[in-house]
Amino acid sequence: MSFLKTLIYGEQGLFKPDTLTPMQKMTLRFVVIGLIYYGFAVVEGMIMRVHLVTPVPTVDTNQYYAILTAHPLVGIFGSTYPIVFGAFLFLVPFLMKKPLWSIKLANWTAALIGFGTLTFWLAGFISEYAPLYTLYWPLPADFTQFNPLGGSFFILGIALVMVGTVFFVINIFKTITYTPQGWEKQPGGALIASALGISGIKNLFRKKKEEHLVSLPVAAIARGTVDTALNAGIILFTGVLILIYMLSYFFGYDLKHSSIDALLYKNWFWWGLDLIADGMVLIFVAGTWYLLATLITGKKLYMENIARAALLVELVVSWTVWSHHLLSDQAQPGILKVVSGEMVTAFELITQGLAFFITLVTLWSARPLQMNNPLKFLLGGLLGFALAVPAGIMQADIGLNRILHNTQWIVGPHVHVAVLVGLTMTLYSAIYFLFPILTNGAKLYSQKLATFHFWAHLLGGIGMGAFMGMAGLKGMLRRTLYFNGEFNLYMILAALAGSLLLFSFIAFFFNIVMSVGLKGVIGIFMPAKLKTKDLLPAEK
Amino acid sequence: MIDSSVVLTGQAIAYTLYVLVIMILIGWFAYKVTRVGKNSIIKPALFYSFVGLLVIIGVSLHIVTYNTIPWASMDLNRDDIKPDKVFNINVENHQFKLPSEKLIINSGEKVLFNVTSNDLTYGFGLFREDNSMVFQMQVVPGHMNDILWRFDKPAVYTIRSTEYSGPKGNDMIVKNAVEVIETNNFD
Repeated sequence: MSFLKTLIYGEQGLFKPDTLTPMQKMTLRFVVIGLIYYGFAVVEGMIMRVHLVTPVPTVDTNQYYAILTAHPLVGIFGSTYPIVFGAFLFLVPFLMKKPLWSIKLANWTAALIGFGTLTFWLAGFISEYAPLYTLYWPLPADFTQFNPLGGSFFILGIALVMVGTVFFVINIFKTITYTPQGWEKQPGGALIASALGISGIKNLFRKKKEEHLVSLPVAAIARGTVDTALNAGIILFTGVLILIYMLSYFFGYDLKHSSIDALLYKNWFWWGLDLIADGMVLIFVAGTWYLLATLITGKKLYMENIARAALLVELVVSWTVWSHHLLSDQAQPGILKVVSGEMVTAFELITQGLAFFITLVTLWSARPLQMNNPLKFLLGGLLGFALAVPAGIMQADIGLNRILHNTQWIVGPHVHVAVLVGLTMTLYSAIYFLFPILTNGAKLYSQKLATFHFWAHLLGGIGMGAFMGMAGLKGMLRRTLYFNGEFNLYMILAALAGSLLLFSFIAFFFNIVMSVGLKGVIGIFMPAKLKTKDLLPAEK
Repeated sequence: MIDSSVVLTGQAIAYTLYVLVIMILIGWFAYKVTRVGKNSIIKPALFYSFVGLLVIIGVSLHIVTYNTIPWASMDLNRDDIKPDKVFNINVENHQFKLPSEKLIINSGEKVLFNVTSNDLTYGFGLFREDNSMVFQMQVVPGHMNDILWRFDKPAVYTIRSTEYSGPKGNDMIVKNAVEVIETNNFD
């Protein structure tokens, strides 16, 4: 096939969107939305990397901070959320061998997240609303620096994403518990108890142990979804609070900022944010590692019961861990700093270390394995968290936090290595694994591009994190612009590593487009011709 | 008191060594997992030993730092320690208001920086002439933000806000605002 024909029809014309079930289409829509916004986040990241080396003439300080505000939100809400949600809305029915509760609601989730992200991104871009994702009170309501109208649209966009998130949560729990039409009545209560680990706790005190009704990956998805739900509630509440100040301003009332206690607000907000960073992400990632390891090897998970219990511990840890973000807040009670900030946080080393070990041993048990794309990226994901979690544990120490907090160390070796190498490579592993299943056997356009994608992403992610970390140890702050070349050597090296990430994404995106063709991409967003709730088309 | 740059150097060495070990381990694993091997069964004893190791590392890290990094215990017990000098600093409209143009400290003194914000959340950090950080803390409005630090060597430090407070906050720098001088200068 010529290049042009492949670009239009995909590799060997194998991808035929008309043969996709509504479930396949729904999942692929999530993936496409997630990848497009990942591209947004990568480009934004590169603009900032270049700006930290030499100021980009078209980006002034206000615009820089607007990008800095949008960047993590687009990355998490616009990219990671849809890829994870799409995969789990497909995998929960797949693993439970029952239809999704509502495909329509799932499509609404994709639409709300896609539209909501575009709304807050545009609001930030146009109005330069830039209170950062941290939203430290009263900065989001500081109308001497930010336009409240732009801020209102920004908050509206985030709210739309959260409504889509709530729809996802409902869909997951309903799918676990409901009885499909024509089926024997399902034990909804027992299923949810198994998914959340309640029956597992009861088993500790029973002589006759009850069997787990849901598989380990479904339990991981359910537990991570609890944190997703709680976080959506916190963000929605915070958004409403900020909106009240904005609306009052429009109506001529100047509400006092001091009505809200800044430290209490900070505690509240970090409690909610850590439900994502230290709960949902770690639980979902561990669950995905376990699922991929068992799918790749065809073997039972090593130490499955301990892995299941560790997921529950991780859930409880995620509710009590937030204070490590407030180790440099002198008014924060010392007991919270030591217990929540240091001791509970150290549990993450244990729970994530267990997941790392269990996954590696499960893979080891099936030697020899073929080093294919899912395995390669899975090992990259494991390496990412093995690097990022200890970096996080170090900064969650009262002594070290005093000299690390808000430096590039935090955002480099910890945040970006965790997100880009750990989380994103795990997601890529799942995407490469699911690609032939979701596309009814479409062929990858180029394995060479996939190999380049792997190495460029791995080296770019670790390299960027490392050079940012080195700058941090030399005193370079995050969220701060330096105009006199103080840290230029590190920033040039970080930008070069960042450009590897950009090229790796371009290679991946091009590879996927060439695999399914432009017609295929459009076809994914057209209504499905097959009228079925089945996950995959019936075999002929 | 041990200088914070020494602690950071130690941390950089420890973490770099760890990174090298874990990268070699994953590289070795990736090679071996594609080869036929004799023993593919991992005994539970190894698993439980690994769990034990994680617990020991997780717990001991904070005990070690508490006992080796002097400002950790000083910070948690600062209410019981009498400072040699107190500087009350206000922050408002993205500007530091210092009690005097230059804050002079005698070498060996324990100094309490008491920083109050009248509007936004800021940060307060001291930086050396090579831009490396001595320490920092958050400055939250409506709350007491104080940090106790002992200065042992003559030096000149710049004050900088270490927390984002909007685009205007990027310029919150007071160059060479703190000077530590030899004690015998006053003898």
